[in-house]
Order: sequence, then structure tokens, then C-alpha cells
Amino acid sequence: MMEVKQQTFKRRTMLYIPGNNPAMLQQGSVYGADGVLLDLEDAVALNQKDSARILVSHMLRYISYEGCEVTVRVNHIDTPFGLDDLKQIVPLQPDAIRLPKVETLDEISRIIRLIEEIEDEHQMPHDQMKVHVMIETALGVQNVYDIARYSPRIDAISIGGQDLAADMQLVKANDGVGIDYARKQIVMAAKACKIDVFDTVYVDVENEEGLRDEAEYIKKLGFTGKAIINPRQIEIVNEVFTPTEIEIRKAAKIVKAFERNKAEGIGVFAVDGKMVDAPVVKRALRVLEMADIDVETL
Amino acid sequence: MKNILQINIPEELDGIGKLEPFQGAFAKLKKGWMEEKTVPPPNKAKLPHSNKMCATLKEAIVKTKPYDGMTISFHHHLRGGDNLLVESIKILAELGIKDITLASSSLTSAHDPILPYLKDGTITQVYSSGIRGELGKAIAEGVLPKPCVIHSHGGRVRSVHTGRIKIDLAILAASASDIEGNATGSHGPSAFGSMGYAAIDSWYSKQVIVVTDNIVDYPCVPQSVTQNYIDFVVNVDSIGDPSKIAGGTTRITKAPMDLQIARLAAKVIEHSGELKEGFSFQVGAGGASLAVAKYIRKIMKQRTIKGSFILGGVTSYGVDMLNEGLFRSIFDVQSFDAAVSSSLMDNPYHIEIPAGLYANPFNCGCMTNKLDIVVLGALEIDTDFNVNVITGSEGYVRGASGGHSDTASGANLTVVVCPSFRGRIPIVKDKVHTIVTPGESIDVLVTERGICVNPNRPDLKNNLEERGIQVKDITDLAREVESITGKAKSIEVTDRVVGVVEYRDGSIIDVIHQVKM
Repeated sequence: MMEVKQQTFKRRTMLYIPGNNPAMLQQGSVYGADGVLLDLEDAVALNQKDSARILVSHMLRYISYEGCEVTVRVNHIDTPFGLDDLKQIVPLQPDAIRLPKVETLDEISRIIRLIEEIEDEHQMPHDQMKVHVMIETALGVQNVYDIARYSPRIDAISIGGQDLAADMQLVKANDGVGIDYARKQIVMAAKACKIDVFDTVYVDVENEEGLRDEAEYIKKLGFTGKAIINPRQIEIVNEVFTPTEIEIRKAAKIVKAFERNKAEGIGVFAVDGKMVDAPVVKRALRVLEMADIDVETL
Repeated sequence: MKNILQINIPEELDGIGKLEPFQGAFAKLKKGWMEEKTVPPPNKAKLPHSNKMCATLKEAIVKTKPYDGMTISFHHHLRGGDNLLVESIKILAELGIKDITLASSSLTSAHDPILPYLKDGTITQVYSSGIRGELGKAIAEGVLPKPCVIHSHGGRVRSVHTGRIKIDLAILAASASDIEGNATGSHGPSAFGSMGYAAIDSWYSKQVIVVTDNIVDYPCVPQSVTQNYIDFVVNVDSIGDPSKIAGGTTRITKAPMDLQIARLAAKVIEHSGELKEGFSFQVGAGGASLAVAKYIRKIMKQRTIKGSFILGGVTSYGVDMLNEGLFRSIFDVQSFDAAVSSSLMDNPYHIEIPAGLYANPFNCGCMTNKLDIVVLGALEIDTDFNVNVITGSEGYVRGASGGHSDTASGANLTVVVCPSFRGRIPIVKDKVHTIVTPGESIDVLVTERGICVNPNRPDLKNNLEERGIQVKDITDLAREVESITGKAKSIEVTDRVVGVVEYRDGSIIDVIHQVKM
């Protein structure tokens, strides 16, 4: 059974930033997103791929992203840019590297091997930089669990809804119905591997209510965060994924009761008439962690 | 001699006279009166049933008997759509008039076409609240033989009262006027709202021409300027470009950075202790400053707070807040869009005020004295919280003093909102290029990278920190910015002073040196 990952960053929101836009790159951390994704892939035109790679490399060296998790999305290994991206970005060891359009176990093993070879060349360990996989095709959805559990350094899966809808030849619709099964399958794989899972972008930037509704829905499905394409979306999604005051009070009550009962050697007890055992306590601790509440201060 | 901010000020300057060094925002006000004597308004006379109408602007100007060395004034309520100022200067130049002092309440890039007249001796001095575009560049490069004088809106009124600015001819655009010169900006095809900056010109100028594209039946109502001050009236085809005078409605910015800063500023205001029942409020006309109003509006509704008045500088956003009952009244010295003009016409609690009531410190209490919260922008701010809103990163004049120092001195809470750097140019830095508003008037700076409270407001710092808002030392923020942008080269200037920045009390807070070319 895989161990529960220790989180150092919250992952409610990940702001996508085109890797060839210096103004946006240098301001990426100020908007309150938990993470930034410096993109060398779909946000960058073909004739800008090299300059994006150079710019992002400089940014990683010189800009402090202050408390944000920094992820770089490289181009797929089978494109003319993918290998150069890995060779330049892996030695800079961002917090994570995101691999787009992963479809098969063979593919992920090939890419991770390459990453490790580059790390070996630079005498770097294999467990520092995390790997995120993006599932953006029907085949990827079918293979997601095998892909996700391939390596302990894979600590998040993300769904690429736009590409998936295209791959499935779905008629354009905003209600998410076509990709709903894929969402659920990907979440299940992530939960089985005990890793995080990001939902896809919400493209209608003007529609704040629609964004909130979608964020509420995917939270219920089990997603742990969402991709963000405009800073205006961050506050809404952060709010959805942040525990409410009621949730926090309830969690604090559970944890305090747990500590009390633990001291008396009691493992299962009741709070407000409901049974509390280890998994409930674990969930409560997670709520407090998401709310930035130090359990010691309770 | 040095002023209190340690800026070297010449004792006197050709073209201006003796200069007084700035000694603090309230140094002169504490006396309760102004040492400088005021001058009387002109004594005019007209025979009964005189005809003031002139067929053309040129005819009216000729009738005023213009002469070399005269001072001419305009208001800037037509904003980017003004062509009256340029037309008037062209006419004066054609008449061979030289050595004119131009004392428009402000200048924008719409006035760029008068640059040749700054070069050829037609105009030899400029008094203004703001100068932009090609004019600002040329003035910084030393095109004028006499230094320009930058003043605040309130300070301009003081200057006219004391005769520092002696207006010979005021040419005032109005969107509606009757044949006697009772005029307004609140209705008509070129409506622009309040004529707040024109009032002092109409009262004190030796001669006043009202120019309109909309003659209405006598009497024109309402009346921003009244017939007893008006010498001549001209009906022209158009006073300017209506689309650039007043847009439809002012929209809140969608720029993520501005919204982020505005959101943080609203949080600061909410927890400052100043956001309470009956508070008064002023924000800028756009960008992060106006966006703060969006968040404050939400908080006011959530906490059912009703404010006393909105002041300024008014946009349709302010009008919406008035109509929603969030504020009791608006005091309007300048209107920024078409929706504001109709509110001025229709709502008795939307009140037009002259610039002297708005911000002249030398009276029994201008409106800025009563202001609770103001949100202002900045081109630069230094680690002593001094603000530059007049010169840009190359040393050119490209902004306006406006109501910045006026409102900052009066408000209980002055919030400056700006990014910590723009592009690769630091905004928060050790020393600004030109000081317009002294740091003592600024309470808090809100940037995307940190909130900095003036050390002279420990109460505010406590309030914010108690409510979980992290406050950063401004010096640390300046260092952080420098670590991103690198240290900028100083702007190269000569010893020649091409402009003085007058504080609202008439003292000199800074000077503008000629940019080396």
C-alpha cells in the first residue's frame, strides 16, 4: 500500500502561465495561487518554444516564487521540443515537472528513465523533483491507474479536459457531461495511489458563477484542486477548496476529542452522536491543515 | 536652501520670483490664516442689454484685446476630447501675441499640437496641475525659457486668490450656455458634467469667454458659471470630440494585477477602523484605485454600512453607489463619464462643487478636510512614503499633481495603491525622482508584494496585524523589488531647474531638473 504523501504545498489552485511571457512569469506568485505552472507546451506557439524554454530557465534561476509550488509543463517527449525541454529544465529541479498527454505505462517509464538519466548526469537525486502526469486522451484515461502508480515520484494527476474532449470528438458543450466519466476514473486512480488530482481549466473567464459551480462539483467528486487560466479565478476556487468555519470547528472538535480519548487508550468514540475512528480523524486533521491551523494550538 | 524633505530649492527663480521652502503639510495652515494677501477679483461693467455673442472664437478673442505677456486659462473638463485650447492658442499666435503664460487647470496629450508655440516664444511659461505627452517631454527637456509651475487643484485656487496666477483671459468651454453666458457642463451633446475647475477662473479672470456648441434659451439651468462674470459668448460647431470627452460608463478594470492590489487594499480599509457608518470616500478614476470601490461596495452591503459622501473625481461607479443608497451624497468637482452628467442634472444630492470648496486649504474648511478614506495611485513611492505622480522613469513630466496632495493631507486614511514595479522599473524605491505628496500624508502603501504602513501610524499597523494582515517594512519591500529589477541607473539631469512643484500651501516641495538629452 502506498504511503500517504506528505504535503508541503497546498494544491487548491495552479495558475497556468505562458512560458514566453516575461511580465506574467515574473508576477506569477502574487495572485494567491497555491502553485504556478510555467508552460512550455500548449500556451506557447511553435516558433516560440525555444525562447520560452530559455526564459523559463532564467525565471527558475532568478525569480523567487515565494511559497508557491513551481511546476514546469514540458512538451511531450515525442515532439521535436520535448527532449530539449527535459535536458534544460530537469537540472533546474523545479518542485515538479508536468508531462502532458501521457497515454501508456511504457511511455511514462521511458520518460521517467530519461529524467533520471539527466539527474544522474548532474549528480542529482531521483526523489527531489516530483512528476505530474496529464491525462488528455481516451487511451490515457483507460491506462491512468497503471500510469499513476508507476513511480513514487508521481504525486499528482491532472485531467486535460480540452484535449480530451477533442480526442473523444465530443461536440463542444460547457456542461462537462462528456468528460464526466473520465474525471471520475482519474480521481479514482489518484485516490487508489493516494496522490493529488487536478481538474481541468474553466475557459469562460467572465463567468464567475459558472466557475464556482464547477469547482463545487469537482470538489464533491474528490478533486483536490483545479487548473487556473486567469488570476481572477483564484479567489473563487481557493474559497471552494478551503474549509468553512463550520467544517473547521467540527474538525477541531474531533481532533481534540481524539487526543483526549487517545490518552485514555480509546480508539473509537463518538462526537455529536457520530462514530469517530482513525479515518475520520485523518480527514479532520487534513481539514485543519487546509485551514492553516496548527493542531498544537488547539 | 533646503526644505524639510532635504530637497535643494533655489531662493528665487527668473520667471517665478522668490521661493518658499516646504516646511510640512500643516506648517502654514496651523496659523489659521494665510500670510500672503489675497487680490480682489476684477471690477467689470457692462451697459444694459449689451450683446455678448460673437460670431467666432477669433472675434471674441480680438475683442478682449490680447497683449504680449498675458496669462490665459482654460479648464480641463473636456479631457482627451478638448480642441478649444489648441484653437485658442493658434488664434493668439496668428494675432502675433507672444510671451503668453498658459495657466490651464491641466494639460493632456490632446494639447500636444501647441508644442510649436512653446518653441517659438508664443508661450513662455506654463502653470498646470499636470502635463503629459509631447509637452511634458519638451518641458522636461527645457523648451520653455521660464520654469513651469506644477500645483495641486486646491493650490491653483490659492494661487489665483493671491495673484500668483493673474488670469487676463479665461476661455471656458461649456456644453450648454445662454446668450448671457450662464453656462453648464451637465447637459448638451458634448456634456461633460461638473465645471468645478472653471469656477475660480470665471470669478477672477479680467475677461471671460464662454464657448459652447449648444446655445439654449435664456436662462440656462443649471448654472456652473454665471452671467455676471462672463464677457463674451461664442457658439461653435463643436467644443470637442464627445467620445473622448466622456465615455459611456466607467468599467472596473479586468487587469489581474490591478484587481489583486485593489482586493488587498479593500481588506486594509475594511480592517483599518475607518470603514464605519457615515464615512466619506474618494477613489481615482480607473485602474486599481477605482477597483477598490468594487470591493468596498460589497463590504458595505455585507455590513450594511451607509457612507456620508463620495468626493472627487466622480465616475458612474460612484453614481451607482449613490443610487443604491450606499452614500448620501456626491460632491463632484470633475465628472468622468456621461452617466455622471445626467446624475448631476437629476439628483439634488449629486452636488457640483468648485475647486476651492474641494481642496483650497485657505478657507474655513474645504471638502478634503472632511475626507475619511482616499485611495490614490503613484508613479513612484520611496521608503519615506513620499509620492511622485508627476515625472516618469525617464524624468519627463507625464502625470499630474491633481488632488493627490490635497486629499492625502486631509484624509484620515490615505491608501496608495500601485504595483511594486512596472515591467523592469521599480516603483517602490529609496528615493523618488520628484516629490509631489510628502510621506507624512501617506498612511499605507498596498502593492501586490506587500502592505506597508507608515511608521507614523502605529495604531493602524496594530489594527491590521491584529486582524491577521501581514505588514511589511517598506525598506524590505524596496530591497525585494531591487533584487528582481536590479538597481536602476539614475536619471541624468542638468543643474537647470525647468519646473517647480508647489505644495498646496504655495511652498515648494520639489524642483524638476532639465533632462540631459
